[in-house]
Amino acid sequence: MIKISTAQVWVHDQDEALAFYTEKLGWEVRSDVTMAEMGNFRWLTVGPVGQDDFAVVLMAVPGQPVMDDGTREQVLDLAAKGFAGTVFLTTDDVRADYEQLKARGVEFTEAPEERPYGIDAGFRDPTGNSFRLTQVNERVTAA
Amino acid sequence: MAYAPPTRHLTRAKDLADARFFEPLDVDDMAAAAGLSRAHFSREFRRAFGESPHQYLLTRRLERAASLLRMTDRSVADVCFSVGLQSVGSFTTSFTKTYGVSPTAYRAAFPPARAHAVVPSCVVRAYARPQGSTFREDKVTAQD
Repeated sequence: MIKISTAQVWVHDQDEALAFYTEKLGWEVRSDVTMAEMGNFRWLTVGPVGQDDFAVVLMAVPGQPVMDDGTREQVLDLAAKGFAGTVFLTTDDVRADYEQLKARGVEFTEAPEERPYGIDAGFRDPTGNSFRLTQVNERVTAA
Repeated sequence: MAYAPPTRHLTRAKDLADARFFEPLDVDDMAAAAGLSRAHFSREFRRAFGESPHQYLLTRRLERAASLLRMTDRSVADVCFSVGLQSVGSFTTSFTKTYGVSPTAYRAAFPPARAHAVVPSCVVRAYARPQGSTFREDKVTAQD
């Protein structure tokens, strides 16, 4: 059986991202390894407490020899525009999470609203990556 | 502070339009959210997103209005005010120009019993926003 274990988001600054994902979102660090032999490449992953089989890589946008300068600029810019991808999260209580995360200074793009599929909200990480936080209707889950 | 491309501030202005279109929001408010002067902001926004901030805000409002026309039985005037626009006349003009039919005719083309697929709202908002053409309002504030 093939499962999803790890997915990646581009971040402008790994320390800033680490602080956001752990202190504001409340996730835990899964690995934080810097490899001198790879030009100090830093493998930094975080994940939700209680969901051990999935992690998100907070990937710095590399320069040469991985990416040429022009490409790097494009990726940095796309991430800042919020077009580098979206992560869809689910929760048991989106309204409580919204209040808590907002109090911690998370930048919400949308407050919780009722939808046919549940109640959901949207926020961004410091880089600009978009996240949806959805409390899914039982009817939809069962379908 | 950590490095962020200048575009990050423009995204904040775009987010403001998406989040608070129903308020009497204008390009000045969007420029303030980006921390830029209005003229500089309008130029940078167009460079980053390929359309003026005024056009983005107006099409966001029209997209939401179209959704309300399809999903509710509220009056055209009520729909107009609900999406942050203040003149029913210019709303009707902009809507007709964009969708090719008047708000009333648009609503009539969608039966209320139409089944809706379960697609996340952010997807609907992003994909259903009408493509920009030129609007009458653009001539008034051409630099936006």
